[in-house]
Amino acid sequence: MTIETPARPTPASTPQPTRSRTVPLRREGPAKLTGTALYTDDMVFPGAWYGATIRSTDAHATLLAIELDPAFAWDRVVVVTADDIPGTNVVMSIAADQPILVPVGGEIRHHAEPVALLAAPDRDTLREARRRVTLRTQPLPPVFDPLASDVMFAHYELGRGDVDAALAAADRVIEGTYRVGHQEQLYIENNAMIALPREDGGITVHGSLQCPYYVHRALIAGMALDDAHVQVIQAETGGGFGGKEEYPSMIALHAALLARRTGKPVRMIYDRHEDLSATTKRHPAVIRHRTGLTRDGRIVAQDIDLVLDGGAYTTLTPVVLSRATIHAGGPYDVANVRIRSRAVATNTPPNGAFRGFGAPQAEFAAEMQVNRAAHALGMSPLEIRRRNVYRPGGVTPTRQVLGADVAGLEVLERAADASDFERTLARTAADRAARPPSARTARGIGLALAWHGAGFTGSGEEKMGSVASLELTGDGRIRILTASTEMGQGTKTIFPQLVAGELEIDMDEVELAPQDTSFVPDSGPTVASRTAMVVGGLLIHAARRLKADVEGRTGRPFGLSWRDDAQDHGPTRIDETFLPYPDRHFDDETYTGDAYPSFGWAAAVAEVEVDLDTAEVAVLSVVAADDVGRVIHPVLCEGQVEGGTLQAVGYATIEEIKLLDGRYLNDRLATYIIPTSLDAPRLETILVEAPFTDAPHGAKGVGELPMDVGAPAVVAAIHDAVGAWVHDLPATPERILAALGGIEPPGPPGVSAVSPVRE
Amino acid sequence: MTTHLVVNGSAFESDAPGMRRLLDVLREDLGLTGTKEGCGEGECGACTVLLDGEPVLSCLVPVCQVQGAEVRTVEALAPASGGLNVLQQAFLETGGAQCGICTPGMLMAGEAFLASGADPTDKAIREAIAGNLCRCTGYTKIIDAIRLAAERGA
Repeated sequence: MTIETPARPTPASTPQPTRSRTVPLRREGPAKLTGTALYTDDMVFPGAWYGATIRSTDAHATLLAIELDPAFAWDRVVVVTADDIPGTNVVMSIAADQPILVPVGGEIRHHAEPVALLAAPDRDTLREARRRVTLRTQPLPPVFDPLASDVMFAHYELGRGDVDAALAAADRVIEGTYRVGHQEQLYIENNAMIALPREDGGITVHGSLQCPYYVHRALIAGMALDDAHVQVIQAETGGGFGGKEEYPSMIALHAALLARRTGKPVRMIYDRHEDLSATTKRHPAVIRHRTGLTRDGRIVAQDIDLVLDGGAYTTLTPVVLSRATIHAGGPYDVANVRIRSRAVATNTPPNGAFRGFGAPQAEFAAEMQVNRAAHALGMSPLEIRRRNVYRPGGVTPTRQVLGADVAGLEVLERAADASDFERTLARTAADRAARPPSARTARGIGLALAWHGAGFTGSGEEKMGSVASLELTGDGRIRILTASTEMGQGTKTIFPQLVAGELEIDMDEVELAPQDTSFVPDSGPTVASRTAMVVGGLLIHAARRLKADVEGRTGRPFGLSWRDDAQDHGPTRIDETFLPYPDRHFDDETYTGDAYPSFGWAAAVAEVEVDLDTAEVAVLSVVAADDVGRVIHPVLCEGQVEGGTLQAVGYATIEEIKLLDGRYLNDRLATYIIPTSLDAPRLETILVEAPFTDAPHGAKGVGELPMDVGAPAVVAAIHDAVGAWVHDLPATPERILAALGGIEPPGPPGVSAVSPVRE
Repeated sequence: MTTHLVVNGSAFESDAPGMRRLLDVLREDLGLTGTKEGCGEGECGACTVLLDGEPVLSCLVPVCQVQGAEVRTVEALAPASGGLNVLQQAFLETGGAQCGICTPGMLMAGEAFLASGADPTDKAIREAIAGNLCRCTGYTKIIDAIRLAAERGA
């Protein structure tokens, strides 16, 4: 790995790194490495019962009755239906449309939708009871094709310039339609929740989750409890990637309903099959582009139409669509842009958050267009990007004027240099020209570039008003209090690191309070790559205030005086609330203005080998260059880029959900496959630092960036190898052979097949 | 039927039904929750333990099959005096553990590889952990960790 700071004049306001160059070790690492870290399923609560969810087997139907087999002794178990919900029968999210349990007489809108709950003192009884529940339904006609859906969750239109005139005047117009399917987050720890009833009528939940306060709010509404009677505690969490952003609210409600009814702790531990069948996936999308170009490769117009399949309920879809829309043009400064987008309902399980949050779909299509345009113009994919990528002062489709922290060109050049892109491209072209008919494999190289808005879109952060706290306790301990969760990305390491750096003390002196809503303030959800940038920034401000307070009182450096100050003055607690970054304005009505306070930039170069008989693709290497603003912890940061890159390679090549009658067919790990160590390419990471000057440490976030570039780079490399463009993800052997003209293409990704009607 | 086995050096008798999964015996009967369940069907490797030194998927092993065998889990890796063993320390330093859920299984596969004395080439290490899925790391830092441990003579 190398860290490259772009060569540019350093303004006086550029934040300086607050970290030392010595890299601390992952704080919870030893517990994870010795097997003592407690994930939800590892927690023991004596007398706990086991919970299960009865789910629909129709994609669309009216629920007529929940029938319990009279031959079964139902007094051995507890059954909960919608009638037993004390509060509102809604999983609180952006819209109030998704029920906790479908009521009798209500509408089932997707396969695997929760209808009833069971709890039993042991697994065998639970299994037996599950078999004795039958749902009587009246099927309704389902909608599976998003293009045929007339139910819209959200829509946007934005842009600038005169697109029609610019297209008419362009030397070349490239058109394309691109489709991407579902992708499963596939955290290795399945979703899991344990609910404990409390003597005061309240409920405590331990679980695998990203956003403690999302679960907290959902429990308050569904269980009709007040703030003080709901406690949510994050257990060690075995991966999230967005997949534990919203669905944990549903599971927590289910566990809480059963706990309240049984009066016992209830364990809702999903197995892989249930997790794959029922929980959220990355949104499928259909994206149409018309791109106008000059002969010398300047993009003069983009006309983009983007449709996301939201599945059956709203969940986070409007926000995913918003990010997809704003990123749809890719990282290019184009004077005439029109982006029209909509998210629609289908009778499939709701889609949700997954690393990248709409941007990977949108930027796959944008990068396909640019690579196809370069090919059509006989221009290098590197050169066409040099001519169009945003520079400082560039204007985006929301009419945001970009600041000095634009690093699109830097990441592009760094990735191209490190991969020897131009020379390799010349070599693969020569190989292709000289390839004998007997050749059995072909190699190719591909390039992609992306931008990723840092943190929440628009005014989201301002509305959230997150709080992070720092405490000097009466007994002289320093403690961080935030709701930001650790799920592998490194929160628990970088927070103490940032605070210790500001206070100029040893990192081991800084403690971290547990992610327990009865204890820590609402620092917002752990999503949108916002933790390091936003919450980390709040902690730096809090540390500066604490330091000033203590040094003001003692007249001595903090590191020499904090224990004395605690003894003499008692505890000091700093609650730091998010204040909007200066001079940023976004208009939610017109969708214009500063969509993000800053953008991260990413480039990837992939090399592939394609088997010319079977069209199987081996991704040999990916060089990734990512601008993260400021590297706080090189090892953790690199780990984010490597992991995200491999998820993108999986998205590009093998990861696809197949559906029949609205049901996920490959709902087991034997059939939904992700890359193994043998499939994984050699990964080279280059970290670039173009600091975000309004964050005290300059960090922009890293988690999602690599997810945006991997897939289009791989598909471009496949084209370089075999000479065919695959427009749909994943680029499976079937799709590659179809693109070469050999076979009928498989159905579009993400759209359910329908069983033939039986006579 | 009573199954006699040795777990992490201690003799143990299990009266569990013969088809009870070794994974459940370890996690629930012995409280050794370091071994994880990721899929329950032998695809992810999170439940990997060493059975007479060989890595096996404990979700696929019924306890009746381990009569007289020696089982080693992640809990047995760290030295009794505390701290971490060479492979665990290497994982910590290289960043081989992120969310940590695949880590116990990955460590057991890594231990088996190191014990084999095989040349720690990139290819050999990749093959040794090919049955263990990781979704966080892209495998690079796990491979680095196993190689580092081999270099340190683990």
